[in-house]
Order: sequence, then structure tokens, then C-alpha cells
Amino acid sequence: MVIPIRYHVRNVTVRWRSTLATLMGIALVVAVFVLLRALAAGIEKSSAQTGDPRNVLVVRKGSQAESSSLVTREQLQALQYLDGIARNSDGQPLISADVITLLLAPRASGDGEANLLLRGVTPRGRELRPQVHLTNGRWLEPGKREVVVSENLARRFKGLEIGGTLKAGIGRLLVVGTFSAGGSAYDSEVWMDADEARLLFEREMYSSLILRPVDEVAYRSLTNSIESDKRFALRAEREVEYYAKQTLTAVPIKILASLLGSAMSVGAVFAAMNTMYAAIGSRTREIGTLRVLGFSRLSILLGFLLEGGLLAFLGGLMGTSVSYGLYQYVILRGITFGTMNFQSFSETTFQFAMPPILLLVGLLFSILVGVIGSILPAWRASRIPVISALKSL
Amino acid sequence: MAIEPIVEVRELSKVYLQGETNVVALNRVSVGIQAGEFVVLMGPSGSGKSTLLHLIAGIDRPTSGQVLVRGINVANLNESALAEWRNRNVGFVFQSFNLIPVLTAAENVELPLLLTSLSSRQRREHVAAALDLVGLTERAKHLPRQLSGGQEQRVAIARALVTDPLLVVADEPTGNLDSKSATDVLTILQSLSREANKTVIMVTHDPKAAAFGSRQLHLEKGEIVA
Repeated sequence: MVIPIRYHVRNVTVRWRSTLATLMGIALVVAVFVLLRALAAGIEKSSAQTGDPRNVLVVRKGSQAESSSLVTREQLQALQYLDGIARNSDGQPLISADVITLLLAPRASGDGEANLLLRGVTPRGRELRPQVHLTNGRWLEPGKREVVVSENLARRFKGLEIGGTLKAGIGRLLVVGTFSAGGSAYDSEVWMDADEARLLFEREMYSSLILRPVDEVAYRSLTNSIESDKRFALRAEREVEYYAKQTLTAVPIKILASLLGSAMSVGAVFAAMNTMYAAIGSRTREIGTLRVLGFSRLSILLGFLLEGGLLAFLGGLMGTSVSYGLYQYVILRGITFGTMNFQSFSETTFQFAMPPILLLVGLLFSILVGVIGSILPAWRASRIPVISALKSL
Repeated sequence: MAIEPIVEVRELSKVYLQGETNVVALNRVSVGIQAGEFVVLMGPSGSGKSTLLHLIAGIDRPTSGQVLVRGINVANLNESALAEWRNRNVGFVFQSFNLIPVLTAAENVELPLLLTSLSSRQRREHVAAALDLVGLTERAKHLPRQLSGGQEQRVAIARALVTDPLLVVADEPTGNLDSKSATDVLTILQSLSREANKTVIMVTHDPKAAAFGSRQLHLEKGEIVA
């Protein structure tokens, strides 16, 4: 039988003033940990939300990203007559060649410039991505140097408001509309006409192809004929699978979360340890009394581990509450974050994502901090000789 | 007919190492205590009276000799067996009460019962009976700091009695009390030995407190002198 839990619970709450600093320290660590993980989760979510399960993306064999892929006009010509490609209401095959390039643009915040991902698309390309919808202005006209930009980028860069212009090589591109793409990777892109883009940037080739097979059987035969044809040297995979792999961008933030999280948690462990040493020091006679009454060393040890865990859990509860509050605020205000995409080297925007599991991990993390910090103090408490404990003041 | 003593102390010695010198706290003490006795241990500071009490109660270990309580040599028990033995057989009353500040009077009294196999209902009944015995039924839900010193010590006595132990040991139980409260506490201890046939062993400096006992043992320099 162990010491009643209420004994430890009340001890934590009774001396809340002396434990507040420790609680806040642990809360801070947990909040930082959870928020950094929420950023990483946001980037991954944005990748995961991109793509239509019916679409197939075709890139050059060996290229990891669309931006480093090349597809020739001959390849487009050959592919668009393959059997099994779905057709739109006008009877045209649903296949589109995109041109991907990077543009340097000044940040709205004023601190320097960053790369924007510019996607040249055809009208078919827009049909294949119904999640992209116009929110303001009008859609671009083929054959003109016009662009539509994602709302996220419009907020983050200078000159991307409707009517603004964007410097592109020797020319300028007119912003005619803004779009939103449901939290997907397209929310970090600028779109223009594909052939106009090839002219402007003097590109012979396209970057990637997107197409839609009529059904699952057609999907298999199409990918098979594209990939097995030695002349093509192309790779075909579902658009959703391609984007699901584009999570490299989240890696630096994940590393930061781990480094910062572990460095700070060492500090939090010591804070918990200090608090528990103080708590045990001031309760030596109580511990002696419990021992005299017949409570074993083990129950003293477990009791104080529990108390340390409980203390840190309260801190963790504070920390996760703060980070959840911040998350709700950010979502409500529609605030987005930007970082460098490490596959396309362009600015990518995203929102926090805070799945419940992340909050749970934060809480478990805090309990762990408390229990680890309490091991030495609890061990000492359980080893105090009864007689000297009783004589202590 | 000779009655077997409930506590039999044989050739009991306790030597402390203080710095580099050995201090003999108890020197080959032998004594027997019968059931229902109220034995008072008296003597100046450092005479070994508290050491003898601690050794009999199993919260300290002798250097040599035996403490037999109902035939069990307490000194031979290992740490966890000793803790269990204390819980079953000894009720403690301390000079400074030693109640747990965050627990109510009733919860303090219940503490030693948590180590028994009693159901929570049985525990409640025992706690109620013990608090009734010391006249504190109405204070059951008070925290120690809401009680007077005399009331705190009576709660401590209830905690000592609640397991129905063989021995009740008290170390200067009236040392921190005014004379009215002291008399209340001593009266309770006396009635335990007289009416409930409990064996009570008490350490005190105070001759007035000692007068409540049925037998006095005087110690000096680690030996019983009278």
C-alpha cells in the first residue's frame, strides 16, 4: 500500500507559491516544444493536403522535385495521345505541362528578398487542380504577361497586390488576381501562362506534366508505359504521393524542436530536482513519521516520484494550454508562416497544425521531466534514517 | 503464577560513534515490562531513556542485546519486516505531535490503517472510534493548524491507538503542552493502561507527568539506577 495520493496532491497545491517558478519553467519548455512541433506539423500537413488522388505527376527520372525536372515538348506530344487519359467536356485530354521557375521578390516586411515559385500552367492545368480557386480579381489570360498569386504570398511580398507588378528577367508581370488553394503547397505559388513563361524565361522545355487517367486500370497501364519506355526516361507517380514526400522542408524545424526541446528540458529537469529537494528537505520529519507508522522506503520513493510527476504535469498543462491558445489565435487571425522550401528553394507558406496527439506528447514529456528530476531527491528521501528524520526540525 | 512479560529487554547496549569517540548511550540494560503497565522512563538528558524507548519501539537498532516483544526479537527483523511490525504492534506519540499538516485530523488518524487490509468502511469506523476516545469527534475534518497543541496531541494519540497496538510509546508527549492539556493527555494514556490494559511506555522529564505512571524507571549514563 502506498501513501495516499491526496497527501502528495495537497503538498503540491499547498506550496504553490514556491513551486510556481518551476511550474512556469516547465510550462515554457513544453510550450516551445509543442509550438515548434506544430510548425513542423503545419509544413507536413500543407504537403499532405496537396494533390488530387486522381492525378498523376510526371517528372524526369532522378529528379527529386518539379523544379529540377525537365520534360521536352516531344515527350508532351507523345504522351498526350496515350490511351487511358481522361478527357474534359470539350473532348480534350486532361494533360498539362507546367513550367517551374524561381523569381526573386522583395518581402513585404522589408527585410530582403526571397525566392518565389512561379508555375506556368495551361488551362488544362487549372482544370486538373480544382482546389485552386480565385478569391479576388480575375484569372490570367493565356498569351499575356499576367499572373495570379496565392493570398498568402500576396500578404508576404511587396508588389503582389492586384495591379502590382513583379520583376521577371527583362520584363514585368502584372498581378491580375489572387487565389487560395485550401492550405496546400499551391498556396505558396505564383501562376502564369505556361507558354508565355517559356518565352519569357527562354525555356525550350517544360518542367513537369500532370495528367488524369480515366480509371485505376488506365493509371496502371499509363504509369507502366511511361516508366518502361527508355526514350522517355520519365517517372510517373500519383500527385498526392509526390507531395507527401516533399516534407524535407519540415526537417530543420524538427531538428530545432529536438535540440531546443532537449536543451531546455535538461534545465527543466534541474528545476524540478531543485524544487523536490527543497520540498523533501522541509518535510524530513514528516517522512520520518511516515516511516515510523510503517510506510516502506519504496512507498516513500514512489510517492515522491509521483509528486514530482504531478508537479511537472501541472506545468505541462499550463504549457500546452498556452500553446493551444496561441494556436487558436493564429488560426482565427489567419496568420501564416513562411520558410524556405528545401526542395524548390522557394518561399513556402503554412499554418500551425496542432493534432491532439501533439498536446498529449507535450503532457507526457512534462511528466517525464518531473519524474526524472525527482529520482535523486526521492531516493534520498527514502534513505533518510528514521531517528535522524524525527529529530529534524 | 509468574506472568510472561510482554516486553523483555536483555543486555541491551547502544553505542554511537560521535566524531572519533564511542559514546555509550545504553549499557547492557535488562528490564521486563508486563501487559497493562504504564512505565515511565526518567533521567537527565543523555541518560539513554529515549534510546531505550526507540529500541523497544523498533525505530532504532541496538549494538548488542535483545528486545523481545511477545517473544519476537525486534532487532533481528529486516527493514521492511520491521516497518510492518511497527505498524501492527506499536503506536507512537511524539513530543512535537508529528501530524501531517496537509491531512485532516481524521486522515491523519487513518494513515496507519492504510497499511492494513481493512476496507474503507472499516477504516472509517476505526477512525471514528479512536477520535471519540480522545474526545475530538467534532474536529475530524480540521487540519492540524486549525487545532490547539493539546488537540493535536490527542489526534496523535488517536493515530497511535487506531491500529489497536500492543504497545503505546510516548516520547515527552507533554513537553510542548500547557498544564491543562498535559493533564488531559496523561489522563488518556493512564486510562489506556488501566481500562484497556494497553502497555504504555513514556519518556518524560517532568515528575508531575511521571506520577501518572504505574512504574518509574530512572536511567543515568545508560543504565537503570532505580
